[in-house]
Amino acid sequence: MSASTVRGVAPAERRRRRTGSLLGLAAWLCGIAFFLPVAWMVLTSFHSETDAATNPPSVGAGLTLHGYREFFGAGTGVSPWPPLLNSLTASVASTLLVLVLAVPAAYALSIKPVRKWSDVLFFFLSTKMLPLVAGLLPVYLIAQNTRMLDNIWLLVILYTSMNLPIAVWMMRSFLAEVPVEMLEAASIDGAGLPTTLVRIVAPVALPGIAATALISFIFSWNELLFARVLTGIVAGTSPVFLTGFVTSQGLFLAKVCAAATVISLPVLAAGFAAQDKLVQGLSLGAVK
Amino acid sequence: MPTKSAETHNEPDGRGGTRRPSSAEHPRRDAGTARRAAGWARRAPLLPALVFLVVVTQLPFVATVVISFTRWNALAPDNKGFAAFDNYKAVFTDPAMRSAIWTTVLLTVTVVLVSLVLGLGLALLLDREFWGRGVVRTMLITPFLVVPVAAALLWKHALYNASYGLINGTLTWIWKLFGSADPPQPDWMTASPLAAVEVALIWQWTPFMMLILLAGLQSRPADAVEAARVDGASAFDVFRYLTLPHLRRYLELAALLGTIYVVQNFDAVFTITSGGLGTANLPYTIYQTFYQAHDYGRASAQGVVVVVCSLLVATFALRTVSSLLREEVTR
Repeated sequence: MSASTVRGVAPAERRRRRTGSLLGLAAWLCGIAFFLPVAWMVLTSFHSETDAATNPPSVGAGLTLHGYREFFGAGTGVSPWPPLLNSLTASVASTLLVLVLAVPAAYALSIKPVRKWSDVLFFFLSTKMLPLVAGLLPVYLIAQNTRMLDNIWLLVILYTSMNLPIAVWMMRSFLAEVPVEMLEAASIDGAGLPTTLVRIVAPVALPGIAATALISFIFSWNELLFARVLTGIVAGTSPVFLTGFVTSQGLFLAKVCAAATVISLPVLAAGFAAQDKLVQGLSLGAVK
Repeated sequence: MPTKSAETHNEPDGRGGTRRPSSAEHPRRDAGTARRAAGWARRAPLLPALVFLVVVTQLPFVATVVISFTRWNALAPDNKGFAAFDNYKAVFTDPAMRSAIWTTVLLTVTVVLVSLVLGLGLALLLDREFWGRGVVRTMLITPFLVVPVAAALLWKHALYNASYGLINGTLTWIWKLFGSADPPQPDWMTASPLAAVEVALIWQWTPFMMLILLAGLQSRPADAVEAARVDGASAFDVFRYLTLPHLRRYLELAALLGTIYVVQNFDAVFTITSGGLGTANLPYTIYQTFYQAHDYGRASAQGVVVVVCSLLVATFALRTVSSLLREEVTR
């Protein structure tokens, strides 16, 4: 803050402004501190392997795409495309399935509520509180007997069940924002269910539904435990690939950072896109 | 189900107009049939999701309970049979399992509490206007959006590594500034393995806590704060008597959701320490019993114990959420 803007302002006000800008500075420092590891990951991914593994760190070293070329399989013969494609299949397909199942359910719980709707809602939530790992063994055995192991569609089904409860909660809260008066007016005007849904419910609820889809996508993309146990060579997803990537080939820091960056990109993009609705979704719609 | 939610069932939900039965105009029998049909019409959209969830998540738990009473190791397929409570006895007398329970509690409590406090501080900082607030907010959210496995690898190799990680590299750099060629170079992951996992998780979860608490702060009625200021209340008084009580529900919610996710953490433990040096938590231990030791019976018993513990936490948790929901309903 320059002196000219401060002149003629009461001392108390001046002090308040000074603490204000100090707090702003503190916020900036915290932001940078939290962002630093990610920045370091991206910077290292553009360094050569020798520059990546120096002590003290070589911040200003020349940039190269070597790490990314290595990651995309140049010379090593290990292509990241199958795992990336598997992650994409699992995330997109399960998100679509979540939408197909959750939209009607949320409709039944908010716009035309069934009796005891809050009990149903709590049942959905309670499934989220049971550790997934405790149901993993039977799923593994069933998959083994039905020859579904190492099959990406098994993950699609499991990820759907993992995200469905959150999606129902989230969408219920978005659908609940549709004004009752508008629904009543539509019903007085004789609008049928399809018209009501398309003309009144959809415009209000669509941004929320899109955010729900993005969050479901993020959770599926991130999942490791199920993918690690239930997939292998054919259906391995990106997180599984990432863990195997390090152990099987020794450590190449720049390459690992390039891999981590590439695999995080879809989630970062989805997360920034859903930023505003992210909290509301993750807090199960309880925080507006 | 928590009893608190019970009173919400019969309350008007603000949509009374759409659910008022029209029985007055019809003879009673027709009305009954019609109401039943209408009831099913309301329930029908719910059924696919419910059936799917019961089949995919609840039935495996039933199977887990059944398997937990059998003697079943995949490496010895001939020696299979009814084990009664042997697996449970083994679980409760196993020091590794006890250590896993302790590790899980310690890990969860530390990560949730520290990230809650840090998140609160950051939310308070971000609640005021300052230049570049949007940029800072985005920078703070980023750790939460990095794929968990990638984040764990980043901490393990690029930051903690004793010979070329950023932390020790920075120490070398600082010591050099002061002309010393002998900086401390601790091996973070072997010196304090659990803390190494915790710091990485706190880094990922603080942004989440911050986002929830920031939403809470911004829903705070501004006029009450203004009135208190005019009456001469100090910033601390405003925080202690206005902000904190208002934030209570948001703090509870953030702690609850953080707990749900951190208790189940597998990625960080698996990637950073592979459960070594006393960092194996319950999910990792079950994974090991089942996937590496192939002891299906024991793994299932461990799973059942975890579920029972989770149910205890969940009952409390659901009550918290139920009070949030009731507020929304009676709004």
